Amino acid sequence: MSKTRVETKINGEQMEFLCEPQQSMLDVLRDTLRLTGTKEGCATGDCGACSVLLDSRLICSCLMLAVESNGRQITTIEGISRGETLHPIQQKFLQHAALQCGICTPGFVVAAKALLDENPNPTEEEIRYHLAGNLCRCTGYDKIIRAVQDAAQTMRGEAS
Amino acid sequence: MSEARDYKVIGTRVIRPDGVDKVTGRANFGADFSLPGMLYGKVLRSPHAHARIKKIDTAAASKIEGVYAIATGADFPKVGHEEITGGEGAGDFADLATNVMARDKVVYHGHAVAAVAAISSAIADAALAAIKVEYEVLTPVMDLDAAMADNATLIDERLFTAGLPQKPTKPSNVAAYMEFKRGDIAQGFAEADVVVEGTYRTPTVHQGYIEPHACVASINQGGQATIWCCTQGHFDVRSMTSKVLGLNVADIRVIPSEIGGGFGGKTTVYLEPVAMVLSKKSGRPVKMTMTRDEVFRASGPASATKCTIKIGAKKDGTFTAMSAWLAYEAGGYKGSSMAPGAMCVFAPYVVPHFLIQGYDVLVNKPKVAAYRAPGAPQSMYACESLIDDLARQLKIDPIELRLKNAVSAGSQAAYGPKFNAIGFKECLEAAKKHPNYSAKLGPNEGRGLAAGFWFNAGMQSSAEVHINENGTVTVVEGSPDIGGSRASMALMAAEELGVPYEQVRVLVADTESAGYNNVTGGSRVTFATGMAVIQASRDIIAQCKQRAAATWGIEEELVEWQDGQAIPKPGVNADVKPLSLAQIAANSGRTGGPLLGRASLNARGPGPGFSINMADVRVDPETGKVDVLRFTAIQDAGKAIHPAYVEGQMQGGAVQGIGWALNEEYIYDAKGVMQNAGFLDYRMPVASDLPMIDTWIIEVANPSHPYGVRGVGEVPIVAPLAAVANAVRAATGIRIPDLPLSPPRILAALEAAKA
Repeated sequence: MSKTRVETKINGEQMEFLCEPQQSMLDVLRDTLRLTGTKEGCATGDCGACSVLLDSRLICSCLMLAVESNGRQITTIEGISRGETLHPIQQKFLQHAALQCGICTPGFVVAAKALLDENPNPTEEEIRYHLAGNLCRCTGYDKIIRAVQDAAQTMRGEAS
Repeated sequence: MSEARDYKVIGTRVIRPDGVDKVTGRANFGADFSLPGMLYGKVLRSPHAHARIKKIDTAAASKIEGVYAIATGADFPKVGHEEITGGEGAGDFADLATNVMARDKVVYHGHAVAAVAAISSAIADAALAAIKVEYEVLTPVMDLDAAMADNATLIDERLFTAGLPQKPTKPSNVAAYMEFKRGDIAQGFAEADVVVEGTYRTPTVHQGYIEPHACVASINQGGQATIWCCTQGHFDVRSMTSKVLGLNVADIRVIPSEIGGGFGGKTTVYLEPVAMVLSKKSGRPVKMTMTRDEVFRASGPASATKCTIKIGAKKDGTFTAMSAWLAYEAGGYKGSSMAPGAMCVFAPYVVPHFLIQGYDVLVNKPKVAAYRAPGAPQSMYACESLIDDLARQLKIDPIELRLKNAVSAGSQAAYGPKFNAIGFKECLEAAKKHPNYSAKLGPNEGRGLAAGFWFNAGMQSSAEVHINENGTVTVVEGSPDIGGSRASMALMAAEELGVPYEQVRVLVADTESAGYNNVTGGSRVTFATGMAVIQASRDIIAQCKQRAAATWGIEEELVEWQDGQAIPKPGVNADVKPLSLAQIAANSGRTGGPLLGRASLNARGPGPGFSINMADVRVDPETGKVDVLRFTAIQDAGKAIHPAYVEGQMQGGAVQGIGWALNEEYIYDAKGVMQNAGFLDYRMPVASDLPMIDTWIIEVANPSHPYGVRGVGEVPIVAPLAAVANAVRAATGIRIPDLPLSPPRILAALEAAKA
């Protein structure tokens, strides 16, 4: 099967890769580019563990063909914190113990970033509905919601 | 013995040591590991729920370019019958071997019949499609009633019910019978003013861990192998793989990755022995990962059950007799969680006369595995629902009715031993005081309450504490960290040694680098592995005192350890300056070599855990949909080492239980094919389904642990099923005995009540 050459920007870095037409963005991220922070929980778009930002839009990378990323920008969990400092969402996940096993955490962090970039002051209900595409089986979501609320407050420059 | 003391770091909400790697995507989980030259392994699975395998033709598949190995049952050795011990679930190694790869028969849809290893996933898929299997299709046996019927189709013609007083004369699908009794139940029911009875069913449900099973196996031509995998117990992966393949334990090294949830479902093997056979045949490392569809169809869900409970009580609510008839589906092979379900069913109550009968029953579904307090949620759902109805009938507050019959220290548990210090009454008293118990309810709303119980486990653990040259600490242990246990271990080592938490790092080491440890299961890690860490830290302290004594030229008994330093006892040689852990470590070359503390133990007295859960729900009369408005989890943790992670266990268990109560179930067609093997149709709770989960941690110290710890991980899933069901009963006025209380079922019940 002939492969297609794809040029894309991933976490701000220009990248190129070869992929088969049927390969998902998730498979290329994980298997070809070795960016394994993005997780596979279902490969059917139901769990959100593979959440990435396409330009600034939240998507399940398992539902996107890798060839579709040509000329676009992708942000994965590896691109959320830059340099020495964690993103406030990551910091608050740690402080609130908003993770137990941690497999869903990258997806939640990316999804929460997409929300807070768009809506800096969401209600609890808005957070719950925005994160409804991300499954967590360990926490019951309580501490995740609180971490996102607290991160929003910090990002707005208010003391928590 | 538990020591009352003021803690410096125990009970604080520190950041877990593995946290940064987990919020940045650096942490490596099961599917994240790769090796050069690695092949991709895939499994061909049975399209039938029950069939004999007549012939497998792999010739065409083997000719596909890029296919390096094909395995069928013929490539696996015959394994003799032997009970599996040390894990969390019940089972037999012979069954484990044929569950991993079928031989002459398939016993559920999705059962492995062949596997291939190829240079890419796509080629592996093509090879699977080219394997031809001839089956003789048999009638599938899909539920307890069908399996236990007199003329039932037999799943295993050689199976005779174990545990009956006399060996039965003919085989059946009932693998085992178990009975517990006390007193004379006929007399107990005769003494009752009121007798209530109910039959309740729960469906097959899945643990629903988000990370599918995954492994890489590499075996060399000398027979030495390494397996990288996500598991709750890498020592069990080693022993199970060794038994299934007839390999030497010493030749298998298992390196655990981070684990993306398990809840009991990752206490056995599925892929690992298959990847080993493929690696052996191809001479290359082989990676295998399950799809979500495979996880649902071919890993180990929890038993569907049918439970009949009968309770006799006096007018004042005193229980006089209880009986339980409990049938648990085991799946295609024997070994359900019937036994712990039977042991837990009446555990919270003082019952003078009782009879508990349990049945372990084969059906054509995947072999069940442990699921968080395995067996208890089902039987206790039945019992706690009936107690709710009894309270209503007697017009007694459901907390008061439970308090009247509650076990406390000294009570003889229904399952045998006398309870030591336990916190059940404390949980009930706390529930009474909780503001949520008196919060106002609106129309179509109802409140339900239920109790939960789990034994908690001890078992074998070992740990090492290494003091680095600057006095910092490395804990080496062998219990995979599934929910923040590294933080608990570090807290306990820091508390003992008197050093800051941040100076302690914890390594979950592989089977060749750590001493033996039983699984991360049974809510045992903070209790048992924690106890090993405490003892290993005390070993370090003893060595430090010895070194300080030698340095000072005084007797060892005259040295004390306080706040991370050795000091002479009051009145002894006041000239010497205290020696800190860092100073002793820096000098260790001159005082006897590196400081290495060790402990190994089989932890006794795990401390039973009790809980009370309260749910407030609103039932939409138009659609039958249930919304959970408030949820309150109250649980005795003994001592919460890291309270945030204890709350997390309570909240997570509550939500799994809510899912079990309201939505989750395996749906099968008539041929025994699961119809909803994906997260879209197997509906687990999402964030928008839920309120915050309120938690109250009760601390009644467990006298068998130095800090009073009792396990916390499993109790939380036990009470929510009945708490939610009792709330639905309160909201609708109708008792719907079968779970899940999904909208169609509730709507049907509402309409039937109207008619």
